Amino acid sequence: MDRRVVYLDNNGTTRMADEVISFMHENDDLYGNASSMHTLGREAAAGIEWARNEVASLIDAEPEGIYFTSGASESNNTVLNIFRDVADRGDKRSRIVTTEIEHPATIETVRYLRKKGYRIDLCPVDSIGRIKLDELEALVDDDTALVSVMTGNNESGTIQPVKEAAAIAHKHGAYFHTDATQAIGKIPVSVKDIGADYLSLSAHKFYGPKGIGVLYAKPSVPLSPFVHGGHQEKGMRAGTYNNQAILGLGKAAELARENLEEEHRKLWQMRTALRKGIEERIPDVIFNGSDDESLCLPGTLNVSFPRAEGESILLYLDFEGIEVSTGSACATGSLEPSYVLLASGLDVELAHGSVRFSFGRYNTMDDVEYVLEKLPPIIEKVRSMSTRRV
Amino acid sequence: MADSFMAQWVYTDTVKDHFINPRNLWKDGEDFKADGIGEVGSLACGDQMRVGITVKDGRISDIRWLTYGCASAIASTSMMSEMAKGMTLEEAYHLTPAMITDKLGGLPEHKFHCSVLGDKALRAAIDDYLLRNNMENPYKGTTAKIICECKGVTDHMIEDLVKSGKVSNFEELQKETGAATACGKCRMKIMEELNECLHIYGK
Repeated sequence: MDRRVVYLDNNGTTRMADEVISFMHENDDLYGNASSMHTLGREAAAGIEWARNEVASLIDAEPEGIYFTSGASESNNTVLNIFRDVADRGDKRSRIVTTEIEHPATIETVRYLRKKGYRIDLCPVDSIGRIKLDELEALVDDDTALVSVMTGNNESGTIQPVKEAAAIAHKHGAYFHTDATQAIGKIPVSVKDIGADYLSLSAHKFYGPKGIGVLYAKPSVPLSPFVHGGHQEKGMRAGTYNNQAILGLGKAAELARENLEEEHRKLWQMRTALRKGIEERIPDVIFNGSDDESLCLPGTLNVSFPRAEGESILLYLDFEGIEVSTGSACATGSLEPSYVLLASGLDVELAHGSVRFSFGRYNTMDDVEYVLEKLPPIIEKVRSMSTRRV
Repeated sequence: MADSFMAQWVYTDTVKDHFINPRNLWKDGEDFKADGIGEVGSLACGDQMRVGITVKDGRISDIRWLTYGCASAIASTSMMSEMAKGMTLEEAYHLTPAMITDKLGGLPEHKFHCSVLGDKALRAAIDDYLLRNNMENPYKGTTAKIICECKGVTDHMIEDLVKSGKVSNFEELQKETGAATACGKCRMKIMEELNECLHIYGK
């Protein structure tokens, strides 16, 4: 297995950090049920509280606001469910405002709620995929219970004006949730600075284990149990604690906090080099999202190759050991290309022909060179086969 | 469970082979004088295909193709081109997606529609060849399948109506053909066929 693998799908998921793996192994005798009173139980509980504190300091939050979940999908579902309960109680404030570019864990859930008769509105985005604050302002009113805007988008990498969005929500008396899954570990995320009442995150996006995440809920905001059946997490989320995963999340949070600046610098450097190289070596390309360092998650580069179809590009790259993702419908299993790119006004063909490169801590500048060597002939090949060739 | 999950994403070795080394590709600048050209698909669905054929003694003597599409589209058109070469026009006209995907060793279910384009483009090229030479088209209609038995509506009728822009939704199709207005048991099948055509020929 000396096939070279260049993993550039870090927005999809990340490889666990070596430090996280060792830490989880070092603690594999921590098997006690953290709800038990005996010594092993108390030790497990102490480990879990340590992890809770680590996550809390990563997002600048109160530890008592941290609830462990199976990941951001569950966290997002939970927040929407809380406000479904609010609407069910007959509260005049029952409308949920979110955006056209949220992760499916939010978009699919609000579509389901809308079908059930709940009032949902989606805020549109501009050409770089950033929400239009004036449209948000117009959508949020005294009947709005919740505003949910992601911190940074997984496909375009575009960073959202969450602080401003939170201010709009609060001005009208609504609560504010942000899905920070993609931003954690890449840019500073502070619930206090944003003014977030709720926040979702997943450990596996920043070198932690899969299947573990967090819902942050500011003490005193509405909450209803997300999983019934036990007193864990103050009765909000039943189920025996997944000790090792929670410890892994804690370790990943610690690393993310310590390495944030270095991580940002390194990812942005690789992204910039890849963008420059593609621009120089491949004719006729369109870069999606923003190239402004303050508006783009540092490791994300989304490119459209006119006249070339994304899934073909992805698979030819895969044969060379380069792992990326595409907005093409072919790769999603649906017949529609990326709704995120379409929302920013991108032409259908360009959405089908989009490729996302996402860097992580284990990538190097050598990887960038390797991609720049393999990519141009692949694009040329796909374009030469195309009915759209010029 | 593992099977259905894997099947979604894994291609057979034959598919991979045709994807990496596509046969009969219409190379840029190549001096290929087609006797007939057919094009189907739309960019809206991310698949578009063009097929060119030369005809000698009633058989397809050579074939070239281009596609804007995914791996399955590339592989299935490549396979189709190998199968069609040497066939009589009648045989080629009756190539079906199932015959192509069988030869490929199967395609993931949601990829099946990609290969539906290859045979359609080939038929369009044969139609074009016959039209260019003022020859009668004895095949048109012979591959049609009746979907609505009560009203005698075939898949080709639906395809033609969508292609010509006369029909863009179910209500218009019912008005135009009466499909699924009698017993109604074909309703789902009619809708499936209509959606497939709308998808291929654009809305």
